[in-house]
Amino acid sequence: MAFAAFASITAPPTDAAARRRSPVALLLLLPGILYLVLFFLAPLVSLILTSLQAPSEFGDIGMYSYAFRWENYVVVMEQYWPHILRSFGYALIATVLALAFSYPLAYFIGVTARKWPLLQSLMLVLVIAPFFISFLLRTLAWKQLLSDESFLVTSLKAVSLLAPDAHLTGTAFSVIFGLTYNFIPFMTLPLYTTLERLDLRYLEAGNDLYANGFHTFRTVTIPLSMPGIVAGTLLTFIPAAGDYINASRDFLGGADTQMIGNVIEANFLVLLNYPAAAALSIILMTVILVIVGVYVKRSGTEELL
Amino acid sequence: MSSGAFADRGADLELVGIQKRFPGFTAIEHLDLVIPAGSFFALLGPSGCGKTTTLRLVAGLEDPTGGRILIGGEDVTTQKAYQRPVNTVFQSYALFPHMTVLENVAFGLRRRKIADAQGKAHEALRLVELDHLAARKPVQLSGGQQQRVALARAIVNRPALLLLDEPLGALDLKLRRQMQLELKTIQEEVGLTFLHVTHDQEEAMTMADTIAVMNKGRIEQLGAPEQLYELPKTAFVANFLGQSNLFTGPVLGETSTAIAVDIAGRSIVVPKTRSHRHSGDVTIGVRPEKLTLHKQKPVPDSSHNVMGPGRVTDVSFTGVSTQYLVLVPGVGTLIVFAQNRAFGPVEGEGDEVWVTWNVEHGFGLDDDPVAPDPRFVADTSTKSIAAQRRAALVTELEEA
Repeated sequence: MAFAAFASITAPPTDAAARRRSPVALLLLLPGILYLVLFFLAPLVSLILTSLQAPSEFGDIGMYSYAFRWENYVVVMEQYWPHILRSFGYALIATVLALAFSYPLAYFIGVTARKWPLLQSLMLVLVIAPFFISFLLRTLAWKQLLSDESFLVTSLKAVSLLAPDAHLTGTAFSVIFGLTYNFIPFMTLPLYTTLERLDLRYLEAGNDLYANGFHTFRTVTIPLSMPGIVAGTLLTFIPAAGDYINASRDFLGGADTQMIGNVIEANFLVLLNYPAAAALSIILMTVILVIVGVYVKRSGTEELL
Repeated sequence: MSSGAFADRGADLELVGIQKRFPGFTAIEHLDLVIPAGSFFALLGPSGCGKTTTLRLVAGLEDPTGGRILIGGEDVTTQKAYQRPVNTVFQSYALFPHMTVLENVAFGLRRRKIADAQGKAHEALRLVELDHLAARKPVQLSGGQQQRVALARAIVNRPALLLLDEPLGALDLKLRRQMQLELKTIQEEVGLTFLHVTHDQEEAMTMADTIAVMNKGRIEQLGAPEQLYELPKTAFVANFLGQSNLFTGPVLGETSTAIAVDIAGRSIVVPKTRSHRHSGDVTIGVRPEKLTLHKQKPVPDSSHNVMGPGRVTDVSFTGVSTQYLVLVPGVGTLIVFAQNRAFGPVEGEGDEVWVTWNVEHGFGLDDDPVAPDPRFVADTSTKSIAAQRRAALVTELEEA
């Protein structure tokens, strides 16, 4: 009996290890690996190489040769640190706002509306409905709604809530507003899926153990919906930090609201400074990876990674 | 509950005219109940009888449609669940999955800001012999261990009233017996008032001082386990708490101490002290283990009732006893439990037998005899089936 128990503890891992190395499994993995190499690893390596390029000896604009010019990173950091900081600042504010708006909404759909499945489905459709219209069109529509001639702005000016010479478009307000608005569904849906599975008996147990509504929410509901909060904030924060539509001058942004995405776009497409654009992209990616890693570690939801 | 203080002893629970309606049906019609402090009280009934609703009303997880709830003389009807000096061991345990066992147990103490929550939680875990697992998460425990943690999490608060919602339902038989004993010991040790909801009659009888048998939102009978078993008032109680042989007939005559009832031409005697009715049509009964089988027609004897002759239609050997089904023409099928004093069953299928029992062992019900076959107690009208189905669905939904 004891021997059998020992055998069963030691034997399976070697078995499993052998199975993992079997050629069939490798063969099955091959398409996926190939895909990743081709469309993830190769572009990444190319991006890193580009970011280290030096201007061509002949001084032609947009011509670069391979080098190891790590100074590129120092140069872009010196030049664009306000944009980098602004990007993460805007993304952070937009994420917090989206969470504050989405949590009650997701809670209502996922928990309160459980008794009325029809209402639940209807509200879910309403959350997803904006996706049926292009993101660009919706952002342009907001540009109109927030423009100086709009009903909103003229009304606010009429009641003196806005200075006569103030604008809404082209300000940090409108960019953060646009980011929040555009990413709310990405926050609401993961929150909804977690809250929809929330076992209300835990809340009853909390109430039974002398915790009032607020305490139960803080000590039971929030921790149990943490996977949704983490997924939602990541799905909002990561794309928002790299977003260049909302902050673009053609949409809701202005000269002082440029985010790192706009800078990368300008360097790639206008200034043709590919190494700078590539270096900024790598910096953006690294900072996001570090932030996400720390965040996920701190929130105790490592299984999401 | 005022924070910072333990209840030093259990408190009386009083339900006055409690009524609970859900959209479309009534779970509890009208319930009056007093549970004295320090007692172990069981609410026993089939699923959908309103027992879990009663418990949830007491816990404050549900609001009554009418009536008042008093704990220790204080009206708590309008108090929220977290304000009541009550803790529940949930059927599903509902241990917080994101907390360790220790954090689970200390939860209530922390909320009430009781000093040394950790120490007291460890103490409660020692009581259920799980202190060595304090750092584990609930998912890492077995069902029985989770149940004990749920118990520790509730009793650590020393509530005036502890509610147990079928907490042993998920356990296997051996563990269940063990937990029953532990629960009983803990109850005696800490002197709390326990309100235990269960559908398991054996569990209710072994643990409780007082049992209330509930059916269709009403209490059918309330009393000590022996009293309910020996002198059931209704056919429902007679058959829900163990099994009974029931017969219905008109009262033929009476003496100062007993009544004689006509059952298919036989005169069956029941003591007046053991019968709730003494005239008209009555339903009388006797427990299967009180019956004795005879191969020959017994000699008439004023201290025994005789039924027979009948035929043994089924013999099932259960180890400790053998269950015989005896068909007596004109009366119906009788169930007889016979202790296996000899080697194996004594009678065989098809044998002609007589059944006797001591007059002192019969009982008379308070019910209005309704069904033509007195042993046939199930109500099979379409309306009743629909109602039962709905009640069962509602319980299922409640539990889901």
